[in-house]
Amino acid sequence: MKAIYILCVRQLKRYLRSPARIIGSLGQPILFLVALGFGLRAMFARAGNGDYINFLSPGIVSMAILFNAVFSGIEIIWDRQFGFLKETLVAPVSRLEIVLGRMLGGAIVAFAQGLIVFVICLIAGFRIVSSPYLPLSIFFMFMIALLFAGIGTVFGSVLQDMQGFPLIINFIIMPIFFFSGAIFTANGLPKVLRLLLQLNPLTYGVDGLRGACSSVFAFGLTTDLGVSVVLTAILLAIGSYFFSKIQL
Amino acid sequence: MGDMIVVHDLVKNYGDFCAVNHISFTVPEGRIFGFLGPNGAGKTTTIKMLTTVLDPTSGSIRVNGHDPTREQKQVRRSFGIVFQDPSLDDELTAYENMDLHGVLYGVPRGERHKRIDMLVDFVGLGERKNDLVKTYSGGMKRRLEVARALLHVPRILFLDEPTIGLDPQTRNHIWGYIQQLSKDEGVTVFFTTHYMDEADRVANEVGVIDHGKIVAQDTPAALKERTKCTNLEDAFIALTGHAIREEEANAVDRMRMMGRAWRGGGRR
Repeated sequence: MKAIYILCVRQLKRYLRSPARIIGSLGQPILFLVALGFGLRAMFARAGNGDYINFLSPGIVSMAILFNAVFSGIEIIWDRQFGFLKETLVAPVSRLEIVLGRMLGGAIVAFAQGLIVFVICLIAGFRIVSSPYLPLSIFFMFMIALLFAGIGTVFGSVLQDMQGFPLIINFIIMPIFFFSGAIFTANGLPKVLRLLLQLNPLTYGVDGLRGACSSVFAFGLTTDLGVSVVLTAILLAIGSYFFSKIQL
Repeated sequence: MGDMIVVHDLVKNYGDFCAVNHISFTVPEGRIFGFLGPNGAGKTTTIKMLTTVLDPTSGSIRVNGHDPTREQKQVRRSFGIVFQDPSLDDELTAYENMDLHGVLYGVPRGERHKRIDMLVDFVGLGERKNDLVKTYSGGMKRRLEVARALLHVPRILFLDEPTIGLDPQTRNHIWGYIQQLSKDEGVTVFFTTHYMDEADRVANEVGVIDHGKIVAQDTPAALKERTKCTNLEDAFIALTGHAIREEEANAVDRMRMMGRAWRGGGRR
């Protein structure tokens, strides 16, 4: 247990000591928020769908969490290159403790970035509905963070060097973001895309977060909760498995 | 005093390639053992198997009386290791690196803090212990790694080319600490190096491995006498030949090269 704790603390320290990273990774979500949010706001309202900023903000928060969580997993590659990974792998603690510490630390960092983006969205005009569901927004944010820390851990364990990194971002992470309902609804989508959306693990986290902020859940609260929890558990297990297979 | 490391008929194959080919040797407790060999001879592969991170194809190993494949935790508690490449977290301070190590190895808090302070002083880093490791020079990082490897009071210290890329002053310093440790606390030391003068000076005994086989194991003096050479370097070449060895770079090596290029070559 202590090993999980200390590895988690390590990641928080690294995060807090790197203001460049904290600020740098805000760039993309803010760009999307401003460009899409303000760009499409009038059109969205004309179509009778209400304020687009309210619709978009949970998606942007999810995006920040998604990217940071995946990146925390991919940091395994850096630790492999700079050697720190070896130090943990010869220690008399189980691989499971090591990977749990890493994933938890990565998830907390991603969650923190999500909170910062949440506040920025509020400043940009995001209005939340006070309801008994609201505290669930914290829960969904953390589930997204854990789930994608698990996915990032799979990539970090399998990839041998950073060359595969743009591949993962462009062909897996960007599509996951675009087809998650973060920037548009499933209504009126072609069948194939709709199916893609429904198979996307991020979809239920985004919908859960949006529902917690607006009291309207497109897939239903039970579905969002159930799918998020089950998928997160599965991905943490898969991440742990791949990490345990790392050879020095 | 018994044998700290016992290796019997050890084999490691990578596909068709035989990296370690039926080797046997023992290292008695308290000894400083130099494990020498050209590039690609099987040194690092052997260390990996001794330190539980690689499973042998066949053969048996006992480290401090335990089997590295089945009793990983017991074996891991008994050794400290300084890897060929740095393994510190640059974004943490020296103290934090040590503390993290102590927690991973289950050293109780009070003892941990006492030993960290003692060890950073021992390697001459007491005044810089709260600085981030990324501000350290190569030699300081190496000394910190030696201190860290000693934190959990290991019975065996593995050093994989601990002095590569260091100036003679720092090398002397590091070997000074290690010899003192071996004398005062009876720690067994198992090291590899390409500096034959170094091996000659500090090792009580050396094993020479080439093409995955042990070609000689003796005291440095006996090896020189046997090959009729005046220094260990000539003896080493007499035993292993003049041919230059090729090693295939793996992905990690390529990344290290990239890393070196990015940081202007100043890795250590």
